[in-house]
Amino acid sequence: MDTLNAGSVSAMLPSAFPIVDKDWELADTYTLHFATDGAFDFDPGQMVMISQPGVGEVPISISSNPDVHDRMSLTIRGSGSVTRALGRLDYGDVVGIRGPYGTPWPLDTAIDQDLMIIAGGIGLAPLRSLIYRALARRSDFRNLTLLYGSRDPQSLLFERELHEWRGRFDMEVEITVDRSSPEWMGEVGLVTSLVDRARFSEADAVAMVCGPEIMMHFVGIALTDKGMHPDNIFFSMERNMKCGIGLCGHCQLGAEFLCKDGPVFSLSRIEPLMKVEEL
Amino acid sequence: MAHIIDIDGLDGLIASLKAEFDVIGPIVRDGLIRYGPIGSVADLPRGWTDVQEGGSYRLEPGNTEALFGFVLGPDSGKTNLFPPRAPMWTYREGSFSATPDSTRPMAIIGLRACDLAAIAIQDEVLLNGPYVDSHYAARRSQLFIVAVNCTTFATNCFCTSMNTGPRLESGFDLGLTEVLDDHHFVVHVGSEAGASFLAGLDQRQATSDELAEADQLIDITANSITKRLDTTDIAQFLADNLESPRWSAIAERCLACTNCTAACPTCFCTSPVDTTDFDGSAARERVWDSCFSLDYSYMGGDPVRSSGSSRYRQWMTHKLGTWIEQFGTSGCVGCGRCITWCPVGIDITEEMAAMRAEVLAKEAR
Repeated sequence: MDTLNAGSVSAMLPSAFPIVDKDWELADTYTLHFATDGAFDFDPGQMVMISQPGVGEVPISISSNPDVHDRMSLTIRGSGSVTRALGRLDYGDVVGIRGPYGTPWPLDTAIDQDLMIIAGGIGLAPLRSLIYRALARRSDFRNLTLLYGSRDPQSLLFERELHEWRGRFDMEVEITVDRSSPEWMGEVGLVTSLVDRARFSEADAVAMVCGPEIMMHFVGIALTDKGMHPDNIFFSMERNMKCGIGLCGHCQLGAEFLCKDGPVFSLSRIEPLMKVEEL
Repeated sequence: MAHIIDIDGLDGLIASLKAEFDVIGPIVRDGLIRYGPIGSVADLPRGWTDVQEGGSYRLEPGNTEALFGFVLGPDSGKTNLFPPRAPMWTYREGSFSATPDSTRPMAIIGLRACDLAAIAIQDEVLLNGPYVDSHYAARRSQLFIVAVNCTTFATNCFCTSMNTGPRLESGFDLGLTEVLDDHHFVVHVGSEAGASFLAGLDQRQATSDELAEADQLIDITANSITKRLDTTDIAQFLADNLESPRWSAIAERCLACTNCTAACPTCFCTSPVDTTDFDGSAARERVWDSCFSLDYSYMGGDPVRSSGSSRYRQWMTHKLGTWIEQFGTSGCVGCGRCITWCPVGIDITEEMAAMRAEVLAKEAR
């Protein structure tokens, strides 16, 4: 008697990827680089599930340039058991990767509009791949602006890229920190203060926002206060995710499975759900 | 068109199914009706009946020779189709490989109309989305179902409110109605596979009187079920009442023990669990998880749903409300297991009714 045939390969089965490079970005944040040989296409805003066998699996947004097809990078903050364990790996170690999953940033909605990219903390990681793609399609958009808020000057992510983007004539970059330090010469305050001061055409702008939920909530208020329509404001949402493909149930927020219906949602769609505590 | 078999006929069916399937059916174990391997009619719970209340389940000797004189225990189709633990993959020397399911194709005998409705709901969740649960798909595609019409009911049954029972409509290969007068079974054929197994049995065509008699037994069951759940605009009602004080009132009793989600035939939440071996290999299983556990919503150092009321709200609003938007049907089949197996007897129908009454009273003020 035959035993059951599992049929098609399980969607939960990762592929083995050796780490080809690793950068420490901050004291607790690192980027793992993988060689993909052009076999891994993704759009900015999408995520993968990364596994360390025997430890566990976490969802991580892709931070690398989507138009560089032989390399894929994940920028990870060590905050739980899996992300701390992954941080102890190095060149040559093998991890499992499934994906990409989830909805990308809807960049086409920003064609002929001002594109506002607003990041808080580690939220810059999924937005970095969006910035690469937006710069590659720069003539599609009018003004391109990055507003980035960080906890303190020591926690600024991707300083090399920030410096490079600041030097461009076709992109505005504004940075603020919540808490200053003696050598910091820049802005101090929450990222919402940058939103209040930013110059953009409220009626013809699209905003893409990623950061802690509380930060996105207040950025949404600041943007709509300036006159932006909630249909044109997009958030990347986060919840506990165990499968990334809508089967494990964990990431539900109201009727949305954040992993397969999101993680990118318009403010108009997600706002009612963000207003209910502990939903 | 229906057929008649007697108890020997049912025994013959089990014997012929055994050639192709692991045959699973209701058995008495742990003082309960469970679903486990059976070899013949002798393994079925002849003469047993179950008495269910909120937070209470007792198996008692009934006063008949019925093989299916009970209603249901904590097990459902989920127990075997979507088991509590399922292997996913193993990792060895730098590569991942899917762990095959070592189970033979299954035939399950004794499932009720609500259980079939629950399987249809799990099909929608696990098979019909953008991604498929391959472990479930393999078991499900080779499943043979001998279902049973309910000729008895429990106090916690409310299938008539959810339009899932007690009469079998579809989703079975063979459907039985047990008739105790001249102990026999009226058999309805639900599939070609069912027809071919029936053809091999000692059977005859049912007369119209026999059909009417069996039908009446199901009607009596349907009419005896008094527990109700008002499903009118239920998704919108729950979405409008996410901040109801009722959630805290429920949470004062709820132990967040996860019994309801384990007994629910449609709850599908899982978590991966990894194990390692001394040789450097690792394996991952998926195990049932529950939205009542604190870890379930853990994110960035804290659970999103730390209060009991938010966890009960997640379960009930999903089961009765958002499920409809996600999958086109309610996530509840009205089997009443969550009421019976709740250690403090929280009754989802009572809580829904209380919340509706509170809203009505508020509107009246």
